[in-house]
Amino acid sequence: MNESKQGENMNRLLKLMLGFLIVFSFATNSYSRDQIKIVGSSTVYPYATVVAEKFGKGGKFKTPVIESTGTGGGMKLFCAGVGANHPDITNASRAIKPKEKTLCEKNGVTDIIEIVVGNDGISFAHSVNSPDADFTKEQLWRALAAKVDVDGKLVENPYKKWSDIDSSLPNKKIEILVAPPTSGTRDAWNSLVMAKGCTKTAKSIYEADGKKAKKECVKIREDGYAVEAGENDTLIVQKLTSNPDAYGFFGYSYLVANKDKIKASAVNGVKPSLQGIQDYSYPIARPLFFYVKKAHVGVIPGIEEFLKEFTSKKAMSNRGYLAQIGLVPLASDKYQSTRTAALELITINLN
Amino acid sequence: MTKEERLKKRHSAEKRFRFYGLASIFVALLFVLILVQNIFSKGSSAFKKTVIKTEVFYNQELLELKNGASEKDIINADFYEVMIESLIKSFPAKNIDEENELIRLFSADAEYEIKKAFLNNNNLIGEKIILDLTASDDIDQLHKGNYPRDLPEDRRRISNFQLAIYDNFVENDKISKNFNNYYFTKGDSRDPELAGIGGAIVGSIYSILICLLLAFPVAVLASIYLEEFAPKNKITDFIEININNLAAVPSIVYGLLALQILLATIQLPRSTPLVAGITLALMTLPRIIIPCRASLKAVPPSIREGALAVGASKFQSVFHHVVPLAMPGTLSGTIIGLAQALGETAPLILIGMVAFVVDIPSSPIDPSSSLPVQVYLWSESAERGFVEKTSATIMILLTFLMMMNFLAVYLRQKFEKRWN
Repeated sequence: MNESKQGENMNRLLKLMLGFLIVFSFATNSYSRDQIKIVGSSTVYPYATVVAEKFGKGGKFKTPVIESTGTGGGMKLFCAGVGANHPDITNASRAIKPKEKTLCEKNGVTDIIEIVVGNDGISFAHSVNSPDADFTKEQLWRALAAKVDVDGKLVENPYKKWSDIDSSLPNKKIEILVAPPTSGTRDAWNSLVMAKGCTKTAKSIYEADGKKAKKECVKIREDGYAVEAGENDTLIVQKLTSNPDAYGFFGYSYLVANKDKIKASAVNGVKPSLQGIQDYSYPIARPLFFYVKKAHVGVIPGIEEFLKEFTSKKAMSNRGYLAQIGLVPLASDKYQSTRTAALELITINLN
Repeated sequence: MTKEERLKKRHSAEKRFRFYGLASIFVALLFVLILVQNIFSKGSSAFKKTVIKTEVFYNQELLELKNGASEKDIINADFYEVMIESLIKSFPAKNIDEENELIRLFSADAEYEIKKAFLNNNNLIGEKIILDLTASDDIDQLHKGNYPRDLPEDRRRISNFQLAIYDNFVENDKISKNFNNYYFTKGDSRDPELAGIGGAIVGSIYSILICLLLAFPVAVLASIYLEEFAPKNKITDFIEININNLAAVPSIVYGLLALQILLATIQLPRSTPLVAGITLALMTLPRIIIPCRASLKAVPPSIREGALAVGASKFQSVFHHVVPLAMPGTLSGTIIGLAQALGETAPLILIGMVAFVVDIPSSPIDPSSSLPVQVYLWSESAERGFVEKTSATIMILLTFLMMMNFLAVYLRQKFEKRWN
């Protein structure tokens, strides 16, 4: 009698396992999406999520799912292929790189729509409790670069205090929190500040050595004066508040949300402002993007409508809801071309 | 050194040791206390939300509803105009800018709250009622005292005009704090006053259930086989060492494994509790096998021998006698393993759970977030209101973990047999 009971038990166990297998195969085979999937930059994430939420509240489509992977990580996922298992949209805080274009093309992602979302000014900020400051790009480069030129020679960065760089700067220890190399904000900082601030002398020495000046100029010192702070911008804000001598850089929206705690220092005499970032008179302004897979339009429901919502005046204009949380809207001619690209699904050239 | 001196020295050595022990316990407790105090002081305000008493007038013209409109018409009616009209009547505003500032004192969901009240009551067309409308994040934080108001206007998020309205509302007793139902029922949102952990809790429950269903049977069967049936030789020794090694592997490694195998090769959907559950199951498996084997080992050999002596087969002696006696230890080991899995973040980041998910998942293959990941996401958000939400979610997570650990201790103490 016991034997048959055991047999029954075994049977039940087998059935349970079979059930699992069926569930799994079901999950894999019939997987199709009715929900837009977005990956990419953590700088664009706050804007994309707000649009997604409004879009979902409209009630016609499910709210898109947005994953914050960083610009580079997002591109990798986006370019991995076409089909429901790959994301439809990737956010980017810089334009797509040639390398990424090749990767996309290799994996069959040939039709990509580029949407310029708006502008962002990278704010170089510190605690409200410290006096106002004004830096030139060269001073910022001298404070951050791994190697600088002193008396026509390239040396390991010798500056310990701001006043070592220029006597007009405060007599305080240099302490700068920098974003990690994977972040789009760091990429933009490199090309807008480090590469631009790099002196001619340094560039010519690099070139005389047969090295690429662009690559060498953006290398950041590793002797403890520049501290890598991770992707978490809120954390940087907290650290700046607790240490009035420290500086950090991040997107304009964080400055807007925390203006009771931190303030921006001027760069080349200009402080970040909505107007200044929009007309690029603020020297470290950059455009923000997202990229759409055209092959998914019409397959995954709602992509066209999402583009329409994102590029609508309600969202993107000077009085739109994205401007309220710190996105700097596009100038009107640029807005028109973005709107057209979104409505007519104009793809970019991959070569 | 005399005898007395040596005795005194030995006694003082013992006293010193006791003092060190007490001091280290005290320091450890102090740190826990600081942590808990910090989280509670920041997070407890998230369980309340600020509401503004507002008179809402359901103007028939603005609703564009005819007399005797059908239910479908009512559901499709647009309440935006009604909201705007009612809100701008709550305080005199001079121009459009001021009106906009006034409207921004209310949450983005005011429209839906007005609609809900309308659907829940019969025949409010043309009527005026007083509703508790959720206040915007800025007012909420100001009212809770988390946002300073004694700053110059250009450094504040709230304008002087908005402050004047707020003071007027407070004077007239229109602002109060209610229980924050949104926090427990809603999914994620970009508006802190509307964000909730409903979706994250459901996602966590799905993941843990899948983890339990996969890890528990496999771990129990594996440990029974290894402990009771497998021959003791070099191969089983090797397996045993590796199980211990696997239990010590950092969880992020399981995340990478899942990314490569579950997502890239088998192509399971990203960001879903299904994948999270399987990943967590892989991670918890060795962590359950170890206590399972320990509790099987703790059953005295006399039980097995007694069963065998009266003619039971090996299988019967194990499954009828040893396993039931080992069950309390097995269960508590499993629960502690699951509690660890519940608090795990790193592998979930790799499989795409760090996502903005508004809809509450209805099945394990819907995109979802989970409690620890929600903490991570909110801690990165710029808006001030998310600071208290982050701490509150940590409190909820800690409560779940404590409940699970208490359950484990309870099960063991209640059912475990002691062999003296």
